[in-house]
Amino acid sequence: MRQTISRLGKFTLVRLVFLICAVIIAVYLTVMVANMGGELDRIRKAEIREQVAMQVYMNPAYRQLPPEELQALVDGLVQDEEKRLGMDQPFFPKRSFQYLWRALTLELGFAEQMTSDAGSQQVRLIILERLPTTLLLFGTANLFLFFVPLLAALFLSRRYGSFLDKATIALAPSSAAPGWFYGLFLILIFASIFRVLPWGGLVDAPVPETTLAYAGSVLKHMVLPATAVVLSSLFANIYSWRTFFLIYSSDDYVELARAKGLSSRSIEMRYVLRPTLPPILTNFLLVLITMWMGQIVLETVFQWPGLGRAFYLAIQLTDTPVIIGITVIYGYLLAVTVFALDFVYALVDPRVRVGPAERRA
Amino acid sequence: MRKRFTKLADLRRYPALAAGIAVIGIFVCVSIYTLIAMPYNEAIRLWRGGVGVWDDNPQNAAPVWFDLFTRDRLPRTIIVSSTDSGTKTEEQIGDGAKLLQIMLPFQYPYDGFPDELKLFIQATYEGGPPAATLSWRTPDGRTIVLQENRLIKRSDVYYISQDQDLRARLSAMSPQVGLFVDSANQEKSLKGDYELLLTAEVPQGCELNAKLVVYGRIHGVAGTDNRRRDLMVALLWGAPIALIFGVAAAVGTALATFVLSATGTWLGGKVDTAFQWLTQVNLIIPLLPVLIMVGYLYDRSIWTMLGLVIALNIFGASMLTNRAMFLQAKESPYIEAAQAYGAGNSRIIFRYLMPRIAPTLLPQFVLVVPSFVFLEATLAVLGLGDPLLPTWGKVLDGAVADGALLKGYYYWFLEPALLLMLLGIGFSLIGYSLDRIFNPRLRTV
Repeated sequence: MRQTISRLGKFTLVRLVFLICAVIIAVYLTVMVANMGGELDRIRKAEIREQVAMQVYMNPAYRQLPPEELQALVDGLVQDEEKRLGMDQPFFPKRSFQYLWRALTLELGFAEQMTSDAGSQQVRLIILERLPTTLLLFGTANLFLFFVPLLAALFLSRRYGSFLDKATIALAPSSAAPGWFYGLFLILIFASIFRVLPWGGLVDAPVPETTLAYAGSVLKHMVLPATAVVLSSLFANIYSWRTFFLIYSSDDYVELARAKGLSSRSIEMRYVLRPTLPPILTNFLLVLITMWMGQIVLETVFQWPGLGRAFYLAIQLTDTPVIIGITVIYGYLLAVTVFALDFVYALVDPRVRVGPAERRA
Repeated sequence: MRKRFTKLADLRRYPALAAGIAVIGIFVCVSIYTLIAMPYNEAIRLWRGGVGVWDDNPQNAAPVWFDLFTRDRLPRTIIVSSTDSGTKTEEQIGDGAKLLQIMLPFQYPYDGFPDELKLFIQATYEGGPPAATLSWRTPDGRTIVLQENRLIKRSDVYYISQDQDLRARLSAMSPQVGLFVDSANQEKSLKGDYELLLTAEVPQGCELNAKLVVYGRIHGVAGTDNRRRDLMVALLWGAPIALIFGVAAAVGTALATFVLSATGTWLGGKVDTAFQWLTQVNLIIPLLPVLIMVGYLYDRSIWTMLGLVIALNIFGASMLTNRAMFLQAKESPYIEAAQAYGAGNSRIIFRYLMPRIAPTLLPQFVLVVPSFVFLEATLAVLGLGDPLLPTWGKVLDGAVADGALLKGYYYWFLEPALLLMLLGIGFSLIGYSLDRIFNPRLRTV
């Protein structure tokens, strides 16, 4: 027993270190890319100089100064500004690691240009403001994408080879197209031709006053983007999960259960669903994590004010603190999920044991 | 292996496979035709050529085959120039001056009104610009003065449909309507022979040439966009680019992952651990955001993107599935036998391990192609399309950005979208059929 615990502890520790290292490397790479490997500094310094020079030359109070003094004044102000932004230090190695450390300790700091709708420049507040809309849209869509395909796949695996089954397989390739692609078709049909649903956005303008009307309006705006997300992976999910069920339902122990005369319902629940849940769960959780990033293009196409759009805007404005902030949280969420999955596997499927397999007696 | 390929030849048993191969075959043929008929530089000139290249094309014109579905005959673009079908007469009037007359007659057989009217005038003269009077003759014999004493610049364009003064004289109808309207029925255009007349008294040595363009509402097989570009250029060129991008990305990542995972699994130890680390790190790096960042900050050429897509996908999720399969194959008795007779590492990896797993993974190679084709479109819709080349994604981006859906120019959006879908369906049909051929376990279930 003690051996088991120490083995488990060792495995957990190794796994944890492994994942933390992965997060550190991934975040550092983001820091490097988002700063163009330090190249962004040169552009920013030129911008600062231009702004400062403009302010000084436009200021009537300094008009009398001789050119040398004016130049000295500009140089001094530029230096102050660079120091304020921490740019007097070299980007590599010192500042890049500072960025990394701050990101890892979730000290997200202030955005350079972006503000939240409430007017704050804090990266944390910008993210928190966009998070609910993204969660609402993709949470709804993904809940649907988990339960509907699961039930449909179970249903179809019982009717292998039927017309419905064949039709679903035929529709599986539809998932090669991304959500935004279906979104454009939906906009074309329901917003442009029939004019029954809104083109995009979060609520009607003017914003409805009562909470109920507000919720109704948001719901109406959510129909098309959520349908687009669902369409883009519904049939592929059904197809691949159906295949899992078919493979596992021909295993020997299922045959045995059938021979014992168990009802097909309890066979499904106890013998088929249990071993197939881990891959399905992994699939679903990984999708759930990528939800954090929102779907950049889908949110852009539908003008949905979520995290994906914020991220895209941050890249367009080269607002590095926001880019790094969103990435680091994504990294953490992914690492925690992957870590948790190892244990969930062991809980759901009794054949999987946590830890190196050879040691098991 | 051979047995499997003879099965592959029996296409009649797999109609989906045959259909998929036919679709992709058509795309390949179109691509080859495009690359020969419209070489790279020509395509770039036609797509990015600037104002001169597209001057005579109508703006946002629907494809010509729209005509088949409407009862009316939709107007097409008519071009009359003094250098071909127009006539030019000169008459000496003494004082070293001449009376110059240019007649630009044309037949208008269409229902509805043209989209726009423009007169391009080229003049050579010394000293001050000559003055010309422009008038318009309708089939029912009316004459409308367009402009009197217009000073002709060396390269002059008279935007007839934007002439506010003329509009006022045409009882507030836009000139392209007012000049063609049937006076008996204000809703309809008058069909028949029209003429634009330009008269000018000019000094000797002065030359004038004029070209009238009556822009239609339909143009070419694919229509035009808001910048008057013929969409056919982009639709044709999109095919080879989509094929090359999709196939190169799929084959590049699949092959690299395949070889690396085989090597890693066989060698085990440090190599295997390093690969697993790389996979874990790569899993945390989000693909699309990195592509967007590189596109905005460094370079957005389609080849850079292709390289980056391959690099970031090598240690992707498929590394894990490949590894699992190789781990199983590694334990097979025939591998042990090979080792026993002294086969080296590379021989075992390339001759024993990889051929065994390849058929199982082949369908996956084909199935991921559409997702890469759509990735190119995704980047283009974010404004990160290749700066030079016309692609389907860039046409989509243009349509979305210009509000084609809002304004009702559906063909502009639907043409590239349907081509993307067709290509995706082609590869999917092949992929799923191959899956059934090579992984037959499901057929027996």
